[in-house]
Amino acid sequence: MSKKLIDSGNNAAAMAVQLAEAEVIAAYPITPQTPLTEKLSEVIAAGKMDAEYVAVESEHSALAVCIGAASAGSRAFTATSSNGLLYMSEQLHWAAGSRLPLVMCVVNRGIGAPWSVWNDHQDAMSQRDAGWIQIFAKDHQEIVDMTLKAFRLAELVHIPVMVNYDGYYLSHTYMPFELPEAKAVQEFLPPYDYAHTLDPEKPESLNTVTLPYARLDINGVKRPGYMDIRHNLHQEMRLAMEVWEEIDADYAQRFGRGGAPILDPYCCDDADFVVVAMGSIANQFHVVVDRLREEEGLKVGVLALQIYRPFPTAKIAEALQNAKGVMVYEKGLSYGNQGALYADLKSALYPYPNRPQLHNFIVGLGGRDIPTEDLFQTLKTACLNGDRNSPEQADTPQWIGLQL
Amino acid sequence: MQENPQQMTQIRWYGRGGQGAITAAKVVAEATFKSGYGGVVMAPTFGTERRGAPVSTSLKISREKIYDLSPIRFPDIVVVLDYLILNEVDVTVGLKPGGLLIINSPRPLSDHQFPDFRVAVANVTKLGIEAGLRKGIVNSGIIGALGKAGGLVDIEMLSECIAAEFVGRKPQENAKAAQLVYAATQICEPSTGAANA
Repeated sequence: MSKKLIDSGNNAAAMAVQLAEAEVIAAYPITPQTPLTEKLSEVIAAGKMDAEYVAVESEHSALAVCIGAASAGSRAFTATSSNGLLYMSEQLHWAAGSRLPLVMCVVNRGIGAPWSVWNDHQDAMSQRDAGWIQIFAKDHQEIVDMTLKAFRLAELVHIPVMVNYDGYYLSHTYMPFELPEAKAVQEFLPPYDYAHTLDPEKPESLNTVTLPYARLDINGVKRPGYMDIRHNLHQEMRLAMEVWEEIDADYAQRFGRGGAPILDPYCCDDADFVVVAMGSIANQFHVVVDRLREEEGLKVGVLALQIYRPFPTAKIAEALQNAKGVMVYEKGLSYGNQGALYADLKSALYPYPNRPQLHNFIVGLGGRDIPTEDLFQTLKTACLNGDRNSPEQADTPQWIGLQL
Repeated sequence: MQENPQQMTQIRWYGRGGQGAITAAKVVAEATFKSGYGGVVMAPTFGTERRGAPVSTSLKISREKIYDLSPIRFPDIVVVLDYLILNEVDVTVGLKPGGLLIINSPRPLSDHQFPDFRVAVANVTKLGIEAGLRKGIVNSGIIGALGKAGGLVDIEMLSECIAAEFVGRKPQENAKAAQLVYAATQICEPSTGAANA
């Protein structure tokens, strides 16, 4: 029997990792991720989870241990936040390049300097091009479901998966969710079986200096060069999107939840204006959309982006073909340009016939309050006056809630 | 409440760092969830807390799933674990007219004049000691005042959830503290000035 309970987002993640029967967990505590790894070390110490907990001295080592564990054929997990994620950046690229099926929760937090322990998405954004699949949860239920699905995805496509959820908004907030039964999860997620498990009886040479060109190996088989390997990672990550959809469909059949693995629309069918956002703020927009429809008669919807890398280029462009205006609200940016999500979305729309008016809002950096009223007012203004701006004005990000 | 399409009850809690306001809110979250509320969100506000400094947490309760996790701006209920916080923080900011203000205070109800609000007062600190708790443990007791004045969950469910939360840490005494406070809480309706309990 599945069970319904109320707990924090960090505990929800820990329970999912326990259900996934991860065998090696290596982590270094960092706010707001700490309670997640504390919980895992607790259940392992209490003998409730058969796994090795490796208390490392840094995030770099945390991911290095996971890389070693996965190479040795064990299901491995780590979690971090903010500067901790940045400290493991080199290993992030290594894990992706090695095609190891790791799963990591990133409890999103602003990056220092200056120090902030509060939420934004800059940590995940800064690792956008590391070769990891990046998914974003909106609530505790999605933390549980996405984490379980992430293990299966990683192990099927041999690409590591980063499960992102908002620091504090989700990590420390108590909310109800449903936890599937262990046996059902075992059926959904078969044991990790790695084709290249390190084995002294079967030596292999892995990730050595790889020449710029393809060449024959000792058996006379043509092996890819560095560029070919990169091309394959890219192509297979693009294809991972379909695998993710299949996994979601299977999960939905087994557990009764799913159906929106890539885009999760709310009131988008007839919408003239669509908000695009990732993480818990997309749920906050439900309330704003309801009010704008009721009080202002504006046909507004919100489209939550559930997977950021690979970017669902065609799917999102097609989903926005009937919109007059699209408003991207995001908690991070590419300094000196625009929001990263906004730029990605704009690029996705370019080849399509209908390119709606686009607006970029930067919101909630370093935990700056995101009053629902501010979302309501800025969205309303963008809907009503959005087309009055010059192209350059329209393309310039607007900062919400600045206190300059 | 008519402002609120979801028919949500929003409770803001004030305590001092280390006093257990978050645990108290968590217990009430658990109890309301078990009583059939499908939407329960307990979101602590994290700042740079020190032991003893005022801290707050948000608890939103609704029959339906809650999508808005932003901090409470217009609470229906404000719970204050230490009456001296009233001197440091404007706890009633945003409290809706006729809203409920619950205070742990050694002073009589008449000393806490808030004509716009329903005010509920109990000496939770004293009753905690009577229940067998160490002096200063108030986070279990204050739940009894919310049970009495808030009318969201019955005291039996609250007691059960308190005992479960405080397993290994005097669960029965903590539950008893809430029951004693439940019985002793005095309530003053807005603008009437008279205690009715």
